[in-house]
Amino acid sequence: MLVLALDTATPTLVVGLARWSAGVPAEVLAETAVESGNRHAELLTPAVRAVLADAGVGMAELGAVVTGLGPGPFTGLRVGIVTAAALADARGLPVVGVCSLDAVGTGARSVVTDARRKEVYWAGYDADGTRVAGPGVDRPEDAALSDPVVGDPGFAERLGRPVQAAAVTTAGLLRAAGPQLASGRPDPLVPLYLRRPDAVPPAARKAVSQRVAGQ
Amino acid sequence: MSDQPLVLGFETSCDETGIGLVRGSTLLSDALATSVAEHERFGGVVPEIASRAHLEAMVPTVHRALADAGVTLGDVDAVAVTAGPGLTGALLVGVAAAKAYALALDRPLYGVNHLAAHVAVDELEHGRLAEPSIAMLVSGGHSSLLLVPDLSQDVQPLGQTIDDAAGEAFDKVARVLGLPFPGGPYVDRAARDGDPASIAFPRGLTGQRDAPYDFSFSGLKTAVARWVEARERAGEPVPVPDVAAAFQEAVVDVLTAKAVRACRDHGVDHLVIGGGVAANSRLRALASERCAAAGIVLRTPSPRLCTDNGAMVAALGSRLVQAGVAPSDPSLGADSSMPIDVVSRAG
Ligand SMILES: [Zn+2]
Repeated sequence: MLVLALDTATPTLVVGLARWSAGVPAEVLAETAVESGNRHAELLTPAVRAVLADAGVGMAELGAVVTGLGPGPFTGLRVGIVTAAALADARGLPVVGVCSLDAVGTGARSVVTDARRKEVYWAGYDADGTRVAGPGVDRPEDAALSDPVVGDPGFAERLGRPVQAAAVTTAGLLRAAGPQLASGRPDPLVPLYLRRPDAVPPAARKAVSQRVAGQ
Repeated sequence: MSDQPLVLGFETSCDETGIGLVRGSTLLSDALATSVAEHERFGGVVPEIASRAHLEAMVPTVHRALADAGVTLGDVDAVAVTAGPGLTGALLVGVAAAKAYALALDRPLYGVNHLAAHVAVDELEHGRLAEPSIAMLVSGGHSSLLLVPDLSQDVQPLGQTIDDAAGEAFDKVARVLGLPFPGGPYVDRAARDGDPASIAFPRGLTGQRDAPYDFSFSGLKTAVARWVEARERAGEPVPVPDVAAAFQEAVVDVLTAKAVRACRDHGVDHLVIGGGVAANSRLRALASERCAAAGIVLRTPSPRLCTDNGAMVAALGSRLVQAGVAPSDPSLGADSSMPIDVVSRAG
């Protein structure tokens, strides 16, 4: 089956098209990674269009859509998730969500990506590539990491250990989505925000003690 | 079969996820999910909470709209979405969703201006807009006077609020009076039992030299808070209905006076009032009184369509399709401060 995969959890938006069948590694037919910063909304659907054209595949030939669920900066993250949900809905396809960190690197590793506010999103994986820690959001020095660490090398200095550059890939998204694609019954899409919205209720103002007619 | 376009409209500029379906100028459905209750304890809309709620509500609300209209996605001829103005994070959920539906359905996409959509929605109930019309849009996010020679491509700003939006003033005064959020309907209800002439609150920007079509509600809001605090300090009960009525009267007096003046100054005899505050009963009453006296035809959408919804976006989209306006580029984004004279993002 042909699967469209996308991710907007990091400043690099990733869109890929792969041929997937259960039990074998997915074959990536076309892929694009765009340094889009905070312009995911502008660039994502054009990137989807480009990838499909590149592979010579029409929307109608797709069998499923896969999306990263984060963790990642909220506004950009939602662009990818809602795009995947809407594309799948419009074509009547299943949509599979995966932890975006699962799609970074392979094998035993820890993954760190930029969570802004001087924090990292992180997760840890065993030799089989199974996530055994995280996903979490913490100050780099508080993340439970073990070598090798892959992801955003910008954090090497603060971590005091090398961070091998690695990013979300189409192959990684497909690998992480494998079990749900195989079951044919994907989980609901739940974004991995990991942080509460910044919002503080205003200090209570004492209510004016007067009954309001009509209430 | 109908040769009129079926347009699917997306609205997510604030805290309402609105999905509407319009065929030509006929309203087929208007599905709404709101996160208003989640914002209440914050006394205002929290953008991140609204954006999260939009994402959760998106696909289910689309399907509610389709079911209510008795159509399928395959029937849709065009997709329209609010591209701005509004809260960036909230807008982006709708823009991304609309772009994806348009791509997957291979239909044209129209990124439209929220304010123009507030005007367009009136066509669903009252037929084609007279052009030119004067439009006054008043809500929690905006207060504007517009000259509308052609709703599909020529909308000109005359004036706007220089501080708080009218609806914001209602929210803040409601809070001072211990009334729930959002304040508009509660102030309106409380005011029914009050005397609007009991307290003389200031009318902002109504002096000889003031900008004739701009609004200011910040001074009024402060005056109300001071008045209430003085009462409380004196240990006297606060007559909530009177304060509500006097405040509301000050707002709607200024709004209607300026709207009528804009009509007169521009030789226009049609006025449309839209936006959430247009649901206010006193605004509707005073506007119709003053318009009748001035020989102006007043049009106001029913209160349900005055507040943000998807049908208004679909209505404007339909207007654009029928006028042959170019659809938006696939690289459409959100523009939190989209200027009012940009009716849609073309090309
Ligand atoms: Zn509005």
